[in-house]
Amino acid sequence: MSAPVLKLDDARATKAASVAEVVAFRAPKAPSPIAKRARRVLDWASTTLIPPLVVLALLLLFWELICSRPGSSLPPPSQVVTDTWELIIDPFYDRGGLDKGLFWHLLASLQRVAVGYAIAVVVGVALGVLVGQSTWAMRGLDPIFQILRTVPPLAWLPLSLAAFRDGQPSAIFVIFITSVWPIIINTAVGIRNIPTDYSNVAKVIRLNGFEYFTKIMIPAAAPYIFTGLRIGVGLSWLAIVAAEMLIGGVGIGFFIWDAWNSSNISDIILALVYVGVVGFILDRIVAFIANAVTRGTATA
Amino acid sequence: MSAQAFLSIQHVDKAFSRGGVTNEVLKDVSLDVHEGEYISIIGHSGCGKSTLLNIVAGLTGVTKGVVFLEGKVVDEPGPDRAVVFQNHSLLPWLTCYENVALAVDKVFARSKTKAERRDWTMRQIELVNMAHAKDRRPSEISGGMKQRIGIARALAMQPKVLLLDEPFGALDALTRTHLQDQVMQIQTELKNTVLMITHDVDEAVLLSDRIVMMTNGPSARIGEILEVPLERPRKRLELVSDRTYIAARAAVLKFLYERHRFVEAA
Repeated sequence: MSAPVLKLDDARATKAASVAEVVAFRAPKAPSPIAKRARRVLDWASTTLIPPLVVLALLLLFWELICSRPGSSLPPPSQVVTDTWELIIDPFYDRGGLDKGLFWHLLASLQRVAVGYAIAVVVGVALGVLVGQSTWAMRGLDPIFQILRTVPPLAWLPLSLAAFRDGQPSAIFVIFITSVWPIIINTAVGIRNIPTDYSNVAKVIRLNGFEYFTKIMIPAAAPYIFTGLRIGVGLSWLAIVAAEMLIGGVGIGFFIWDAWNSSNISDIILALVYVGVVGFILDRIVAFIANAVTRGTATA
Repeated sequence: MSAQAFLSIQHVDKAFSRGGVTNEVLKDVSLDVHEGEYISIIGHSGCGKSTLLNIVAGLTGVTKGVVFLEGKVVDEPGPDRAVVFQNHSLLPWLTCYENVALAVDKVFARSKTKAERRDWTMRQIELVNMAHAKDRRPSEISGGMKQRIGIARALAMQPKVLLLDEPFGALDALTRTHLQDQVMQIQTELKNTVLMITHDVDEAVLLSDRIVMMTNGPSARIGEILEVPLERPRKRLELVSDRTYIAARAAVLKFLYERHRFVEAA
């Protein structure tokens, strides 16, 4: 027990205590940038790529086993691939009429979704701002929205066919009416949740109505708006397939219906895969835009 | 009243009513503030200090009475009464620079050119020693840094009165000390008229020329006003043993904890 005792006035003791042995720290050799990158790719693959692939392989195997028995009502995956090989390798063929490759069907559906969804975004954000801003608009409109939004997309189709007397605008209307509700409701919530602090800042520096809208309201509500947009794009993709089954013409929904009518079950399965992948990509696109736009906003 | 003060709060009453129940917050509050004066308003929570500040800011209306700034009635918010909010209220989607620039570009839209506005914005950010972080977003900087940008934004408007709403309340003790010194230095330099809400006795004594002590609500009024006749510039360490400082501190403590002890509502 010979540790130096520190006293406030004892300079020598302080000095003695403050001398410590310096131990050299040997830095580990830095890995080369290429090795680092390869490492990162490997990490990414093992955490995000491998698990779903393994599960997918298991599911396919299971499916193959179940449906390979003679007399099964659905084809096994191997059968699906051989049946639809032509469609898979050439999505761009066009033999006129409705006999087109899957690319053209998907494109037609995406165009309808683009138009209907674009209208829904404009109308939805505008109505959402109105409802979020004005107590009276909220009291008047909100209950109506709450009821209308529960109406299933396809229930609107006969009505819109009656109104437009044409398949194309009816399909677009169904997309619009399906995806507009989450956009309205989320925008309204976002506007209503703008912190008083932000509007106080705007008042002190005297922003006018338009400046307040563009500089405070829209960026402050952006995370909410994008939540609505993301739900909306998913719903519109859900609705288009159903709507196209009924209205006919080029489109992935009709392709599925047509395949059913000609008992090409493998075609249906292939189309479902495409529908799922496209829906996933749409969702990711909106999520990506949301991330880019609302950078920093969500974490105030 | 003959010669009117720079900022004059005259017989202000404020009551909030909701659903037929009226809640009187302030009762007959009068206060004259001279140009270049640093005033602290101190009182227990719920005594209506923030309401009083919001009335001067124009963010809250009065029920009775009137507030004059340079002889003009205050009835709406404006950049001549810039507010530093307790929780900094920076816009999280803008960088520090953009937060200050938003105010500068709006307030000096006509009186300064684009280049002048940019210089002015940078000068304010340098004033609070934040130039190194000007391109960071509020989520990427510490609480003290956010509040410094909040102060820069308020100063950038060249307000006639700077309103500070518990500006250091949410900060840790060391950061608070540092920022208090900085505000004191800036105020000495720019001679701003300041109205600050606080519930920190040391802060009030250290920074203020006069301390306005409010009684407990409801119907809070000004209980006492204490002059702090300490020379400026003030040095925190030297003041610790200064007679006047100790006496002022004791007076405020006595007011708050002896005569107007905070009674928790049942």
